[in-house]
Amino acid sequence: MTELAWIDLALTSARPQAMGALLRYFRNLDLAEEAFQEACLRALKNWPEKGPPRDPAAWLIFVGRNSGIDQVRKRAKHQPLPPEEVLSDLEDTESDLADRLDGAHYRDDILRLLFVCCHPDLPATQQIALALRIVSGLSVKQIARAFLVSEAAMEQRITRAKAKVGAAGIPFETPDAVARAERLGIVAAMIYLVFNEGYSAGVPERADAPFCAEAIRLCRLLLTLFPSEPEIMGLTALILIQHSRLDARFDRQGQIVLLEDQDRTLWDRGLIDEALVLIDKAIRHRMPGAFQIQAAIAALHARAKTAAETDWLQIDLLYQTLERLQPSPVVRLNRAVAVSKREGPEAALALVEPLADKLNGYFYFHGLRGGLLKQLGRYREAHEAFDRAIALATTPAEAAHIRQHLDSVQREMANAEK
Amino acid sequence: MLYAVLCYDSESEVSAWSKELDDKVMADLGAVNQRYAEAGKLGPVARLMPTTAAVTVRKGATDDIVMDGPFAETKEQFLGFFVIQVETLEEAITFARELSAANPANGTYEIRPLQFFNPGGPIK
Repeated sequence: MTELAWIDLALTSARPQAMGALLRYFRNLDLAEEAFQEACLRALKNWPEKGPPRDPAAWLIFVGRNSGIDQVRKRAKHQPLPPEEVLSDLEDTESDLADRLDGAHYRDDILRLLFVCCHPDLPATQQIALALRIVSGLSVKQIARAFLVSEAAMEQRITRAKAKVGAAGIPFETPDAVARAERLGIVAAMIYLVFNEGYSAGVPERADAPFCAEAIRLCRLLLTLFPSEPEIMGLTALILIQHSRLDARFDRQGQIVLLEDQDRTLWDRGLIDEALVLIDKAIRHRMPGAFQIQAAIAALHARAKTAAETDWLQIDLLYQTLERLQPSPVVRLNRAVAVSKREGPEAALALVEPLADKLNGYFYFHGLRGGLLKQLGRYREAHEAFDRAIALATTPAEAAHIRQHLDSVQREMANAEK
Repeated sequence: MLYAVLCYDSESEVSAWSKELDDKVMADLGAVNQRYAEAGKLGPVARLMPTTAAVTVRKGATDDIVMDGPFAETKEQFLGFFVIQVETLEEAITFARELSAANPANGTYEIRPLQFFNPGGPIK
């Protein structure tokens, strides 16, 4: 690894802590970002000459803070100073740095940084884009490519999201335990969105799918900050298991391979083992939650050596628990899969049909419904369901998968007519 | 003399490695290991899972307390170890230097002589 590559890694890994602290000082996302950028530029100049600092994050916070204060002063010459309280405590530059970096703040700094990206007025895609830009430091270009939009469009989206966050006001007070738990829950949901964006993009090439890796990094970061939160353990485990199947989820042509057809030797056992440990740790807390249950379901799949050995009874029971905890048509739909394995397609279809109103715009609803109808030999209805599914597919791989179903249904219909 | 060579590094940096880089580092470290193994000098080697997977058992007033996370919150974490049998400290230092050269991170290797060593049997 070249020196520059090493510095790049150090900057990436120090970013959440440094950005979080700079946001606390400046109470303004743009200013914090500019200050961090400036600190990174100086690091690139300074570190190769003088060697890496012992604590890169502290170095970046110190340098970024000073350069940000310079910026504010320069601007102040051209425009009236903002109200004193907005400037936070910019004046006490000389106050002891060590005290500020002793870690008393950094947990809440990073949590705040993640939390501002989850503003409820922001649609999911903007939350994801903002978090990847601000917290992970992905380039606008990388994010735009993953969302299949132009760089300019993504730049605009992120700018708008930032403006919204700024207008809403950044909650800079230190949260109490209740507020902290609330923030943590919201941030966890956002990280899961980041992961799912990468997961459902269905790009088999690792290099093009940095979202999943970023989500894992964010999970581990949260877990380092809040080591005793069973739901964060659950979320991390869930994501690790889903990510462990990356190499098995697509064939060489980029076609989707369903869970039951996957080559299980391609699953990443290291990630699965780590997830199983995290689930064991979470269970000790005896505070079940939605992520823990979903992780437990994923673990049952991961533990089955072959698809036939899957413990569908346990999975069905876990889905029922999940439904009690978090009733949702999507959970019911997933449960229907387990029911179809245990009791057959008819019982599953009975669960699925009542969801039509709520899930009419949901790809997987029509996909599963089509599959069940097909198993029951109701080919005409299956065809209609797959037609709806293919219209709702968001990736070429999804569309191609449904296309295969449509073809086989058509063959069955032609046979029936003979 | 038997030495444990302990690897410390910033976990957040190591976990930001791409899969490709991680694989390459493991292969490069493996090559160093291989030479010492062939010379009959290498004992057990382990890479630890992330500290987020750890729990710590501490003495409590009445009962032992199980806490989530690693023993110490530090800037560098204990990530793995090697056990070698070499004649001199110099040779142990050479081994650590070779590991360091094979490892792109700015980590640290601590060389600690072993007082008691049970190599264990094969684990089923």
